[in-house]
Amino acid sequence: MTETTKAVVPRATALEMFDGPVTDANLRRYLEGIPGVDAVGLEQRAAGLGTRSIKTTSKKWALDTIIELIDLTTLEGADTPGKVRSLVAKAITPDASDPSTPRVAAVCVYGDMVPYAVQALGSHHSRGTDSGINVAAVATAFPSGRASLAVKLSDTADAVQSGADEIDMVIDRGAFLAGRYGQVFDEIVAVKEACRRADGTYAHLKVILETGELNTYDNVRRASWLSILAGGDFIKTSTGKVSPAATLPVTLLMLEVVRDWHRLTGEKIGVKPAGGIRTSKDAIKYLVTVAETVGEDWLQPHLFRFGASSLLNDVLLQRQKMTTGHYSGADYVTID
Amino acid sequence: MSFLDYAPAPESTAILSLKNEYGLFINGEFVDGNGTPFATISPATEKKIAMISSANEADVDRAVAAARAAYDNVWSRMSGSDRGKYLFRIARLVQERARELAVAESLDNGKPIKESRDVDVPLVAAWFFYYAGWADKLDHAGVGPNPASLGVAGQIIPWNFPLLMLAWKIAPALAAGNTVVLKPAETTSLTALLFAEILQQADLPAGVVNILTGAGATGSALVNHGDVNKIAFTGSTNVGRGIARAIAGTDKRVTLELGGKAANIVFDDAPIDQAIEGIVNGIFFNQGHVCCAGSRLLVQENIHDEVVDRLKQRLSTLRLGDPLDKNTDIGAVNSAAQLERIRTLSDIGEAEGAERWSPDCVLPSEGFWFAPTIFTNVSTSHRIAREEIFGPVLSVLTFRTPAEAIAKANNTPYGLSAGIWSDKGSRILAVADKLRAGVIWANTFNKFDPASPFGGYKESGYGREGGRHGLGAYLKPAGSVRQVPSAPAADLTTSAAPAELAATEVAAPAATEAATTKKKGTK
Repeated sequence: MTETTKAVVPRATALEMFDGPVTDANLRRYLEGIPGVDAVGLEQRAAGLGTRSIKTTSKKWALDTIIELIDLTTLEGADTPGKVRSLVAKAITPDASDPSTPRVAAVCVYGDMVPYAVQALGSHHSRGTDSGINVAAVATAFPSGRASLAVKLSDTADAVQSGADEIDMVIDRGAFLAGRYGQVFDEIVAVKEACRRADGTYAHLKVILETGELNTYDNVRRASWLSILAGGDFIKTSTGKVSPAATLPVTLLMLEVVRDWHRLTGEKIGVKPAGGIRTSKDAIKYLVTVAETVGEDWLQPHLFRFGASSLLNDVLLQRQKMTTGHYSGADYVTID
Repeated sequence: MSFLDYAPAPESTAILSLKNEYGLFINGEFVDGNGTPFATISPATEKKIAMISSANEADVDRAVAAARAAYDNVWSRMSGSDRGKYLFRIARLVQERARELAVAESLDNGKPIKESRDVDVPLVAAWFFYYAGWADKLDHAGVGPNPASLGVAGQIIPWNFPLLMLAWKIAPALAAGNTVVLKPAETTSLTALLFAEILQQADLPAGVVNILTGAGATGSALVNHGDVNKIAFTGSTNVGRGIARAIAGTDKRVTLELGGKAANIVFDDAPIDQAIEGIVNGIFFNQGHVCCAGSRLLVQENIHDEVVDRLKQRLSTLRLGDPLDKNTDIGAVNSAAQLERIRTLSDIGEAEGAERWSPDCVLPSEGFWFAPTIFTNVSTSHRIAREEIFGPVLSVLTFRTPAEAIAKANNTPYGLSAGIWSDKGSRILAVADKLRAGVIWANTFNKFDPASPFGGYKESGYGREGGRHGLGAYLKPAGSVRQVPSAPAADLTTSAAPAELAATEVAAPAATEAATTKKKGTK
């Protein structure tokens, strides 16, 4: 841990909770004292929520809401300025045939693509306001997180400087699984500090747990608490590069942590399932899970997001079907 | 608009083609009953669904005679593998007509469609599939080689899981080679009659299964009929006691699955969110009309407030209403009489000083409804902590140590089921070992599987249903003399049995394993 990390401050609540500095030992005591998760019960509850039947007016509202909650994402080695411009165009005008279609919450790109995204958005870029589309950048040696802290911090600062409104960082899963909770904690704190802009405001920080690598629900729950204690604004399931990515039980579990944090402190933390959510039907299950676990309040872009790319077109097809009464086809929505 | 006010998503009743009136199902066909027909209504709307025949003693006679003839001439002579084929066919037909059966069940019983669709009907099919596989393997049923069937089984089932209880009764009876006269509960005859249509569709030989609708008198005539060899009953302890009295001194065998007041024990290291789900499932599943419902919540005192708090929050998300809406969690109470009982006992709970709480919830103006209810500050001496309410009412009690939890859990005249919630495996095993209950769930509740035996201790009844043990209840060892009605008991089984009825199920010398289970059941 470098001097820089010591100089910055985690979420105030964490300091109050531990009544002093956050160390490996008291983090371990805290995180390992949290009640366990029964996998069978959790999955059964998620499956139960998945059977809700969302029809007619509720479905229409759900489809529009899903679009408003999407982080439209391209994270490929082959990404080019042209690809990013195309993605941004889609974010601004998801469905050219229906101007009433809402816009997505953000576009999510690699750090070096941020300038192109900002440029392409132009006046549609939110620039720290509540309206418009955000630019989210993955950072901290995404997706593996295997780099020195200095590299991760400069990766983050670079994206923020280029105009990113949101940073999607990855935790050091190696350190977490080795039991070095303090290191994971300090890194999140440091990255949060690197999100600070010249004017003193912060880019929003989403902390990716990469639940597919944490493997157990107990680990997911601990990592969720850890990330929130360290100051994450959002907890996010996955990079999309590891399978399994987002699942309904994992998202439910993270929502339960967010609900418990809210009970404890009154603070609202966001949740972002990412990867693997491709259909409207699946996405609606997530909306139901959010609403019945933490409440409808969470169904807004600063508290819930979908990290997705192909999901948008499926929602548009469903939306067209609700408007026109018949299904169209893949050629009636645009590829970006 | 609030998203959580989900738009109505009703399951269509168009799939049903119900008749205006139904007869009795005797000897493979529907015939008129001699009793006065009665209406079956939807408890959610109080609207009439159909008229149902009522069987009197003469009808019972007819049905038993048909069952006897089918037993003597067809079913007892058929090979096990051929009986199995019929059972497999029935199971497949249940699956094919699953949606229709689920809609009919929810309409007639009041239970939410998501439960009849996802629990009741799939389990019905599973029960027939399971016992179909047993039909040609009876040598391994634990009764010794080449066991014999009993003859005609009279079966009386309750209204809480109409079709599922029918499957629990009919599937093992037929697999073992018996024929059946079944009486469904008065308020929920509909799916049994649809099942009779399935039997016709399956070409089951006439008389192998007969279904008699009617009220208590019909059941009583069946219990007292001289040519019935076995009575299987699920229902209240009171009626069960009457049945035991009625058949005492005869050579009829009996299994009784009666009431319960199950303890659901939550330790302070429990996986808390899943425990909350388990508590909800334990008592609010099927409006609490479950004999093994976890109606007594025993929660460790140090987490009592948190558990109650979370439970209340969770209850506020339950959706009460139209049983046919796919998003309904709590349906209608089955009958006005049951609603009255729930109300009475709840009022007594309040009068005795327990604290009553229900979420804000609008009850429909027609039909029989009761909001999910929690009582805190309940003492072991309160009536709501001792009597079976059979409704969506949870009594919350506390304990301090595992020993106290065990003592309080066992301190009931019943002993059907129990639940344990803890992250510590060794504690689960140690506590389970000391609970006097037939079924114990760990970190889950209300899980049913045809391979698992089910039954109670003490006033929860005797005998086991389900699994290999459930099959044993319809078999006797080879070489036992066929029971002749009203003749003195002649076969090995009954002669070895003391006055206690439970033992009639166990005395078979080869049935060592079954005997062990039963011993547990009567200690």
